Amino acid sequence: MSTHTDVDFDVKDPSLTRFDLVKEGARRDGVEIVHYAPRFPVPGTRAEKRVERTIAFMLVLSGLLGLGFVVAYIWWPWKYEPGNGLDKLYNPVLGITLGGSLFLLGIAIVTWAKKLLPEEVSIQERHDVADQAERALTGATILNMVDETGIKRRPLLKGALLVGAAPLGVAAAAPLVGGLIKKPDHILFETAWKPADGHKVKLTREDGSAVRPEDVSVGGQMTVYPGVPHGASNEHADSPVLLIHLREKDASELRANLKNVAVNAEDGGAIWGNFVAYSKICTHAGCPASLYEQQTNRLLCPCHQSQFHITDNARPVFGPATRRLPMLPLSVEDGVFVAKSDFRVPIGPGFWERP
Amino acid sequence: MKRRKFDVAALPAKAGGEIDDRLQVSAPLRRLFNKVFPDHWSFLLGEIALYSFIVLLLTGTFLTLWFDPSMEEVHYNGPYTPLNGIEMSRAYESSLQLSFEVRGGLIMRQMHHWAALLFMASIVVHMLRVFFTGAFRKPRELNWVIGVLLFWLGFVEGFAGYSLPDDALSGTGLRIAHAIMLSIPVVGTWVATSLFGGEFPGTVILGRLYIAHVLLVPAILLGLIAAHMGLLVKQKHTQWPGPGRSNDNVVGVRMFPGFAAKGGAFFMVVFGVIALLGGLFQINPVWLFGPYKAAVVSAASQPDWYVMFLDGSTRLMPPWEARFPLWPGHHYTLPPLFWPTVFLPGVLTMLPLFYPFIEARKFKSKQSHHLLQRPRDVPTRTSLGAMALAFYFVLMISGANDVLAEKFHISLNAMTWAGRIGLLLLPPLAYWVTYRICLGLQQHDREVLAHGMETGIIKRLPNGAFVEVHQPLSPVDAHGHPTELPYAGWVVPKKMNRIGALVPTVKGFFFPVEEAAQRTLPAEAPVSPAPSREGIGSGKH
Ligand code: HEM
Ligand code: FES
Repeated sequence: MSTHTDVDFDVKDPSLTRFDLVKEGARRDGVEIVHYAPRFPVPGTRAEKRVERTIAFMLVLSGLLGLGFVVAYIWWPWKYEPGNGLDKLYNPVLGITLGGSLFLLGIAIVTWAKKLLPEEVSIQERHDVADQAERALTGATILNMVDETGIKRRPLLKGALLVGAAPLGVAAAAPLVGGLIKKPDHILFETAWKPADGHKVKLTREDGSAVRPEDVSVGGQMTVYPGVPHGASNEHADSPVLLIHLREKDASELRANLKNVAVNAEDGGAIWGNFVAYSKICTHAGCPASLYEQQTNRLLCPCHQSQFHITDNARPVFGPATRRLPMLPLSVEDGVFVAKSDFRVPIGPGFWERP
Repeated sequence: MKRRKFDVAALPAKAGGEIDDRLQVSAPLRRLFNKVFPDHWSFLLGEIALYSFIVLLLTGTFLTLWFDPSMEEVHYNGPYTPLNGIEMSRAYESSLQLSFEVRGGLIMRQMHHWAALLFMASIVVHMLRVFFTGAFRKPRELNWVIGVLLFWLGFVEGFAGYSLPDDALSGTGLRIAHAIMLSIPVVGTWVATSLFGGEFPGTVILGRLYIAHVLLVPAILLGLIAAHMGLLVKQKHTQWPGPGRSNDNVVGVRMFPGFAAKGGAFFMVVFGVIALLGGLFQINPVWLFGPYKAAVVSAASQPDWYVMFLDGSTRLMPPWEARFPLWPGHHYTLPPLFWPTVFLPGVLTMLPLFYPFIEARKFKSKQSHHLLQRPRDVPTRTSLGAMALAFYFVLMISGANDVLAEKFHISLNAMTWAGRIGLLLLPPLAYWVTYRICLGLQQHDREVLAHGMETGIIKRLPNGAFVEVHQPLSPVDAHGHPTELPYAGWVVPKKMNRIGALVPTVKGFFFPVEEAAQRTLPAEAPVSPAPSREGIGSGKH
């Protein structure tokens, strides 16, 4: 920083101490050391020795712990085995040795800096006033750059540049957009329950076995999956269904309520006997709504606590969900449950195109 | 010419000379060594964020050597027998392998997760420090903006990391993220379908999140952190007002050795604490959660703490769905999920981004500020901050309202309603209370400056009245009345021992470890004249 250079200062002057040079260096950097005193003005006092010993102790202990870490890392039985073997202590031992070692090293250095380094107060000037002359010169230089290109005087080039560069910009974005963009299509409106080639899809357990009405006792429920290949896997994350066997009283309540809901009442009824099946995918944000409260006939979603009143056709009665859980139209063929058709409304969370 | 003997002691100086011959670095290097840093505990908060980020880079790189983001279905067969034969994704399997079959893999996973929590926590507390002390004012608005971006990038990075192991919690979080994308008007389904490559979950999302988590986002974070530090060095640190301190200087210690030693040591401490946490406290035991299955979720599944406020806002949102019959026979839907998870974060990004400029306009402030403000001295800002905090805490607590409801046997519905009402009532209340407290504190400062501090000594006047004797902080005038001191924006001593009226406590546990200070020596003022050079810079040239 030229502003601080002092021609009168001779760094070679033999009468100068090293600290004189330090202060001159600092001065040239805009720093004034205004207070600088040793922590222990009388060297070698008991207090000073004690601080030294404490620091040395921490450093050695840190080293020992570090060594302990390496030893434990290599020789401690680490392979996971069932039961309560020594391997369960592997992680804590690593943590204590490594953490302790680093921690002590840190504390040792902090103590060193706080207790042994000279007490210091330095003042540095701020130079944060922009130099107006420099600003004017740079401004002129920039404007001159623009003038040199002559873009203002040459409208033809201006237009040609635009025409030339714009497609290139689009070209740069094209691979990203083109590769990534995917049309939502039908996927939000269809699930694996859609009958394929006229075959209705069976309700199956996780292992793929079909479900019969006698498999679910009165008041019970069961999570079922579409009987298609990988039907229970995440490949068909939109298809899990809760099959509920209602008690007689609840079933008639539901039947009464369904009369008002055209979409589920048509087609001879979408429930079968006292059985009803609802999509398990919460209409709020897609968690599985799976906590069934028998007494109140409410299905609770654990994610944001939306509650669906099953005997009122899964109407959302509390929480942020706004739509009913879609009902899967049920039937029984050859003694096993099948879905008469796909859900009649899109399952899961809402979206813009959802009618 | 005689060959000179090889002098080891002169080697560093010689090497330094050779380097300087080629690069001329003496002056810039010394300027760096001599850079002055002010000291205050609250300036360490940002450092914690920086150091935990470094730990994240180190542990994360270790994890990449084994983690496999593949969504291919496999059957587990390994040392953790409860999951044997279970179908799971390769990503989940490789997380299990990292935990059980890689030497030191589990502590690395746990350190990585703890460091992530600490990273976000220190960013938030650091932001609060900057906000409440006015450190974001001109010329530091840009660094404030970078800080806000760092928070949100850290949020995204953490969420991506949380999703990688593909356990039950990851998948649930990811499914909600999918639903959030779907809720965006007009383009939502396109966004979700494009990012997931089709239906949820599809087979590409983990690979994409992985590259975002280990390359894209860390690279941006690194760039922004570098810019953050660069601006800090260029603009120099702010400082609290105090003796010798002004808007035109920085009072503190030089970077080397004092500041650098403390900084390096603090890194070791943060690193050590993370290692202790990672070794001793289990976090994200993915093997207990099981692999993600679309049909299975357990109650009380909680996201990491920094996501909880959005979980809370989602829970409190009333079921308000907007429907637009744009043309006959066609309805369009705006799901309620949009407001708490897209709109609210948008507002929570924009408001802080523009806050420094809004405040400068309001206070008609155009000049640069390098001195910090005590929160009590700017009641409006402090109260706005308290209001924001109250808003945040209601949301965060609501994010765990099911757990709280169960623990304290409160009905869940009551918790939700309390949250909804609290969200509207508590922030204004916090504003009002904080404003009162600020004014009260200000008034007390002014009182002490005018009349002196309370001594605890009661005097009985001739007329029988009792008064407390006050110790003035200033010289007294001819009538013995103290002259009122101006307020300097800094701590006003309010207890007698703060001005040296009592003997300082002697350190030690059971036994004194130091001699009691000699009371006869006058305490040196924080800024005193330069000392004589005897005893310190004795190394003569
Ligand atoms: C601000 C930065 C970062 C944050 C907040 C963060 C956060 C997370 C979180 C919360 C997890 C879940 C951990 C678990 O399994 O319990 C995770 C996993 C992971 N992270 Fe990071 N991370 C960061 C940076 C990095 C970097 C820089 C890398 C690599 C270069 C990395 C690599 C990984 C890998 C491979 C996993 C999966 C490991 C597993 O779950 O088994 N992370 N991250
Ligand atoms: S996902 Fe079911 S309530 Fe939010």
